[in-house]
Amino acid sequence: MTTADDTVITTQVYQLYINATQDEVWKAITDPAVVARFFHGAQRDATYEVGGRIRSWSPDRQQLWGDNVIVEYEAPHRLVHTWQSLYEPEMAAEPESRVTWEVEAQPGGFTKLTLIHDQLDASPKTAASVRGWSYILSNLKTVIETGVALPPIT
Amino acid sequence: MGDDDLVFKALADPTRRLLLDRLFERDGMSLGELEAEVPGLTRFGVMKHLGVLEQAGLVVSRKHGRHKHHYLNPVPIRMIYERWIGKYRDRLAAPLLDLKDQLEASK
Repeated sequence: MTTADDTVITTQVYQLYINATQDEVWKAITDPAVVARFFHGAQRDATYEVGGRIRSWSPDRQQLWGDNVIVEYEAPHRLVHTWQSLYEPEMAAEPESRVTWEVEAQPGGFTKLTLIHDQLDASPKTAASVRGWSYILSNLKTVIETGVALPPIT
Repeated sequence: MGDDDLVFKALADPTRRLLLDRLFERDGMSLGELEAEVPGLTRFGVMKHLGVLEQAGLVVSRKHGRHKHHYLNPVPIRMIYERWIGKYRDRLAAPLLDLKDQLEASK
């Protein structure tokens, strides 16, 4: 049975401060050229509007990694989309979950980025796997601040 | 204080590490739930430690309706790992740790 308590437990929250403007961070999380640099080389096709899709492909475009729907789109501060990990059959079979990006300008030219991955109650394999957001977001910060990506994860 | 300093300072206390471990096991706990996890600590004490953890970015609190929930934010630890642990472990310490493992395994 799913209770309100489960919903809270299966919510994952990631937050970091980036030394860049809100617009720069927004561009980084939406521009396919930048996304490829911090997200395992993923090739993204996206139509940025509510109901639009974000499709992610492997670097050689042979495998579809994700085909998600945009639920909320408020540039440059809020993006909500569905999530399904299509790159692995067991996770692809789990129900879709939800990813929320919040981009907030901070004093001193910094930007606070919060990523919430929730609605994972019935998707335990996906929930365990997307703990990798820590690496992705740390990589995003490094790409934005230094222009250089971290070494691939081992 | 720099970000790294805040994280190391926050991690330097056993009660705060205990709170992080409890959130690792069950994320999103309220203040009351966390208080129950740390017997012998007052509500004020838990609040104080949570404040230090939040200041360091290790805990993020979010409101769901009337309740405030506390989430373990692993990003600062990931960044500490990349800056301070990964490179030393990989380049310098690995042979020594292998030696330690070997010696201790043969005991």
